[in-house]
Amino acid sequence: MKIKTILIMSVILFIGWLIMNNSLQPGIVISGAILSVGISMIFCRYCRLINDVRLTPKALAYSFAYIFVFSWALIKANLDVASRVIRPSLPIKPGIVQVRTKLKSKIGRLILANSVTLTPGTLIVEYHDDLMFIHWIDVKSEDVEKASQEIIGQFEKYLEVMYG
Amino acid sequence: MACLVLSGSLLWPVILKKDIKMDVLAIIGAFITLIGSIFMVLGALGLVRMPDVFNRIQTGTKASTLGTILSLLGLALIVPSWSGKLISFILFVGLTNPVSSHVLARAAHHLKIPMSVSDRTVTDKLSEYYNNNPKEVEE
Repeated sequence: MKIKTILIMSVILFIGWLIMNNSLQPGIVISGAILSVGISMIFCRYCRLINDVRLTPKALAYSFAYIFVFSWALIKANLDVASRVIRPSLPIKPGIVQVRTKLKSKIGRLILANSVTLTPGTLIVEYHDDLMFIHWIDVKSEDVEKASQEIIGQFEKYLEVMYG
Repeated sequence: MACLVLSGSLLWPVILKKDIKMDVLAIIGAFITLIGSIFMVLGALGLVRMPDVFNRIQTGTKASTLGTILSLLGLALIVPSWSGKLISFILFVGLTNPVSSHVLARAAHHLKIPMSVSDRTVTDKLSEYYNNNPKEVEE
């Protein structure tokens, strides 16, 4: 049983409770706090996924910055794909490329895979240890190193600090 | 539908006689919802135009994710008291949408659905990987 895991889980549950109730009356806040700590103590003794989250100030700052990096990438992805769809010539050059990730933790890889699926023309197809097979709508490079830099470089920089 | 939403929000102050600040928020929200629905339309167009399964999944995921997020954000501006719940919907969509499209793409590749009908496909490293490591292929 780890204090850090329980702390993170109960904070998440508590925020969810407050959002769903949409009020800050003392009764609701107190019962929510008791319930969220109780539930995370019962069910989250061995949450391995949350174990890798780092709580240093630098990691928290990077998590905050990551939201903006990711939103910008999401908007860019949509404009890119939308422009490809509209153009009559349909300029696509699809293919499945291989990339290698430096991340070790499971939650880091999870968030990386989710981010990659939502950003410029890329989609995770298969995944073995540190190899990811990505369907790319416009293949710029078939080389593993170059493709890794092009697709996951911008996210990896942040996720390495956040989760390792 | 988007035009309906927009005109509805422009009539909002006349119908409900609310104060000015709320109306500005509602109009901004209506514009954001309009942009979101444009992205949804483009995603639907992409589903029709793209040549194979993987490219269709690509356009489907991206357009529907940003379209849903923008529509919900616009709604949160129009009705501020719902914003907490709408933000939790946005988180839910953002976490689950990529997973479902990944699973669809993985199943499609596993069933050996051909990559493209018009020979545009450049490379398929995953099939090469399976040919080189036959024991990695799951049943």
